[in-house]
Amino acid sequence: MSIQSPPASLPTLTHARLPRQAPLLVAVVAVAVTAAGLVLGLGTVPAVLIGALVFLVVLPVWSLVVENRRSATDRLMTGLIWATFFVALAPLVSLVWTVVAEGSQALSGTFFTYSFYRTSLDQPVGVYHAIMGTLVITGVAALISVPVGILTAIYLIEYGKKNAFSRVVTFLVDVMTGIPSIVAGLFAFALFTLIFGPGHQSGLGGAVALSLLMIPTVVRATEEMLRLVPDDLREAAYALGTPRWRTIMRVVLPTSIGGIIAGVTLAVARVIGETAPLLLIAGIVQRTNFNPFDGSMTTLPVLIFSERNKGNIEIVWGAALVLMVLVMLLNVIARVLGKILAPKQG
Amino acid sequence: MSTTLTTKEAPAGGDPSPSWISERSGRGDAIFKGLTIAAAALILLALASVFIFLFTQGFAGFSQPAEVYSKYGSSFWGYVWPLLASTIVASLIALIIAVPLAIGIALVITQYAPSWLSTPVAYVIDLLAAVPSVVYGLWAGIYLAPKLVPIYEWLHEHLGFVPLFGDVVSSGRSISTAGIVLAIMILPIITAISREVFSRTPRLHREAALALGATRWEMIRMTVFPYGRSGVISAVMLGLGRALGETMAVVMVLSPGTLFTLNLFSGSNTPSIAANIALRYKERSEGTLEVLIATGLVLFLLTFAINFVARWAVARSERKLAG
Repeated sequence: MSIQSPPASLPTLTHARLPRQAPLLVAVVAVAVTAAGLVLGLGTVPAVLIGALVFLVVLPVWSLVVENRRSATDRLMTGLIWATFFVALAPLVSLVWTVVAEGSQALSGTFFTYSFYRTSLDQPVGVYHAIMGTLVITGVAALISVPVGILTAIYLIEYGKKNAFSRVVTFLVDVMTGIPSIVAGLFAFALFTLIFGPGHQSGLGGAVALSLLMIPTVVRATEEMLRLVPDDLREAAYALGTPRWRTIMRVVLPTSIGGIIAGVTLAVARVIGETAPLLLIAGIVQRTNFNPFDGSMTTLPVLIFSERNKGNIEIVWGAALVLMVLVMLLNVIARVLGKILAPKQG
Repeated sequence: MSTTLTTKEAPAGGDPSPSWISERSGRGDAIFKGLTIAAAALILLALASVFIFLFTQGFAGFSQPAEVYSKYGSSFWGYVWPLLASTIVASLIALIIAVPLAIGIALVITQYAPSWLSTPVAYVIDLLAAVPSVVYGLWAGIYLAPKLVPIYEWLHEHLGFVPLFGDVVSSGRSISTAGIVLAIMILPIITAISREVFSRTPRLHREAALALGATRWEMIRMTVFPYGRSGVISAVMLGLGRALGETMAVVMVLSPGTLFTLNLFSGSNTPSIAANIALRYKERSEGTLEVLIATGLVLFLLTFAINFVARWAVARSERKLAG
């Protein structure tokens, strides 16, 4: 932009501005148009779209007339950028609404306490076996990935100190977060086929596949938390003559334990909804199976997929609701724990 | 940082524990350190064995008799390219939809929303990532797909001369619907990384732009975008990696056929690689399993390469920003 002295004829240095309430005013008009559209019998979606369009057109045009082109562009982009958020919100709201509305009809006492395996014809069916399968497989996966993940993070932060090996591990852990879940399933499938022969299916195989997906998340979360532990604490422990490993166990880990638990909970929430790997290696059964070392095991996501194909829609929505509640619960728990047990800084 | 600890090393072998500590605790240290190294090595081993197992088990899949590949072609590449093409088309649709949205949301969180609002906005977007993919597939297959049909029909009617907008399948379960669901699923990861990069724009750059009289949008174009460009590109690549490997949303949304066409609204396009594995793993016919594992290897190498480059770019831009 070249610098020009303002022409002498201009009375002020500032140009005309829209009133401060202009966006609000236009928003009210847009809402009114939407309401009118609804009253006139348009569908919800077209009415809302027309309302949004009114807002996105009227405000920039008004600005173009009163202000200048640059302000008009700014107002248009502000509108568009805020609109992206609401566009992203729409599927979330629609999905949650659908799952809750459809799923709540399926829920009943027997839904949680019976499996698909009937011993008599009039016995109700439920998803007990899938809930148990989900808990067992996710639990075993957590048992594998939590120690491995936390120990790796300890190595990276406490011992590795950016040497070549730890840099490679950090990098590959990042790359691992992007492994497609079906590839993890194929890996477990190939591994267990090699060990136990073809056609092997077990909960353990599913857990191995899930831990491949879970370990990177645990490592990243733990790393972040260990980094938050002030070095003063470590140095104080060393100064008292505490060996390094006891410093880590007694000082570093207890300080960061809240964040680590929160991270692990989030990692569990992430893998609990995995379907594709379990479809390959854990299989589908009707009965409740508690033994991860023997026989197929159904989880909630796999049940949703397989029953959907059979057209058993009511059970499917019910199972989807249970799964969603489980995942959201884990997310909330993780957030609350992270807040409560966060290390005090400074 | 604890410079005193890392620089002061004992002369013998770099053991940081001073000599007056008893031998027993020294051994404890060695054992503990060994454990942590073993865990880190285990991760590398796991990653290597994914490749090795897929390769050894899938190797036979590259050269099976022609009838094993008859579903889509007559050789391994004839079998895999329609699947690969579907995978890439669905992922591209997802990117085209998700990238502008994600950048917009990242701007809302970092530049537009007041601070009391930006945390809940970010939390809502994270919720999108928490929804299991099978639930997305269920919702999209039953609820979303039919709702999209009128839009597809409108496009077909008015832009039908473009080969992409061919005849519309009445259920709406086409590759375009799969792409839209994938877009919703990769939105959170692209948003999260873009948000991170945008929030690192130096305050002084932004304030300088505003002080020169730039509007907010001009400030974003002049300071936030140039600063965050490489980070956003990496974010897009990570999103692409996610979309390429996603299975359930595609399986439950797309009605699979055997011929790849450019028609995005067709009801008989080939499934993606991941979806094909989930659809056919039960077929116990001779050689099918090896072929599926081989296609899985192709998918693994593709996503690995994309993630590798993206992470490398992220790390490089982080070093550049830090330095």
